[in-house]
Amino acid sequence: MSLDLALGDITRIPGVHGALVVSREDGLVVADALMEGVDGAAVAALAASLAGRMRGVTAVLGQPEPVLLMLGGTEGILLLAPGQSGLLLVAVAGAEVNLAELRLSVLAAAGTTF
Amino acid sequence: MIPETIQALTAQLARDPGSLVFLPLAEALRRRGQLDAALTVANSGAARYPEMAGAYDLIARIRSDRGEGDLAFDAWTTVLRLDPDHPGAHKGLGFLCYRAGDHARSIRYLQRAAELTPDDPALAPALARVRELAGARPVPGYAESAPDPLRTSEGESDLALLVDLQGRLLAGGIRGADGQPAGEAVAAALTGVTREAERASRLLGLGPWRRISLEGGPAHFELRTPTNDSVLLLTRPRQVPAGRLALLADRAAAAARRWLEELR
Repeated sequence: MSLDLALGDITRIPGVHGALVVSREDGLVVADALMEGVDGAAVAALAASLAGRMRGVTAVLGQPEPVLLMLGGTEGILLLAPGQSGLLLVAVAGAEVNLAELRLSVLAAAGTTF
Repeated sequence: MIPETIQALTAQLARDPGSLVFLPLAEALRRRGQLDAALTVANSGAARYPEMAGAYDLIARIRSDRGEGDLAFDAWTTVLRLDPDHPGAHKGLGFLCYRAGDHARSIRYLQRAAELTPDDPALAPALARVRELAGARPVPGYAESAPDPLRTSEGESDLALLVDLQGRLLAGGIRGADGQPAGEAVAAALTGVTREAERASRLLGLGPWRRISLEGGPAHFELRTPTNDSVLLLTRPRQVPAGRLALLADRAAAAARRWLEELR
C-alpha cells in the first residue's frame, strides 16, 4: 500500500485532523495528509520527540518498543505507531473521534506501510 | 465449600430462580475464588430483591475481593441506605476508607461496626490502628500517613508507580523484565515524558493531557495525571484488555489523588 493510500484511510475517519509519516530520527515529515491549519512540521517534531521519550521508559524496563502510543488530552488525541524502518505513523484527531476505529486503522496502516 | 454443594445450590437456583438460594451460592463461589460467577449470581439476586441489604453486602464483598474498591464502596453505601445498622457495611466501609487514607471516616464506620458487633475480634485492633494513624499525623516526606494507595487499591505490588514532576518516587513500585526493581529509573524517565506530553498537548491544541496509553510487547502501560504535579504509571500483561487497563488506571489515579490530598 502506498503512503498516500494509507494516510487517506486514516483521514477518512470522522474527527481525524491529519495523518503523517515521520522520520523518527530527525522528526521530519515524509508524507502527510492534513486538514488546513494543522502544522505538519510541528506535529512531526513533537510526535518523534514523545515517541523517543516513551521509548526511554520501556527501555528502562527492558521491554520492547510499543507498537502504539496514544496521548490523550481534553480536546484531542495524538496517536503514534512506530515502525521498524525508522518511520513513525502519526494521527491527530479531536476528542470526539472513534478511538477504536482510529486505533485499528493506524495499526493496519503501519502494518502494511512500514 | 465443596464443589458438590455448589452444584446442588446451582441446581436449586435453576429450579427456583426466585429463591434466596442465590445468597449461599454466591458466597460459596466467592469463597472458592470464582469471583466472576459469584458476582453474576449476586447481581441477579439483587435484581430480584432490590430492597435486600444482604444481597448488596454480598456484592460489595465480591467487588472488594476483585480489587474494585470504588464499586464495593457504592454497594456498601446502598446497604446502609436499606439498613442503616448493617454491621458488615460499616465494617467494609471502614476498611475501604482506611485503605483510601480517609482515617476520620474510617474511624466513624469502624466505631459503629464495633458498637453493632462487639464480639468481632477484628474490629478493636483495626480501630486502634486507624486511631493511631489519625492521631500521629506525620510530616509529609518523612513518613506515610496512609497505606501506599497503589498497593492497597490494586492488590498487586510492583505494577504501578506514582512520581512527582521532578521524577521523585512517591508511591508504588515497578520491576523490569529481569525482575529487578526499576522504580527509580522509570521515575526519572517519566520526567521527560511528562514534559514532552505537556509540550505536545499545548502546541497541538489537544488541551491539558490526561492519559498516555502504550501497547506492545508483553506488557501494556497507562499513564495518568492524578494531580497537576504527579504522574501515575500502571502496567499489566498484554492479556488484560485495553479498556479494563484504562479503568484500572483511572481507579488507581483516583486513589492516588485522595492519598496525595491526605498527605498535604
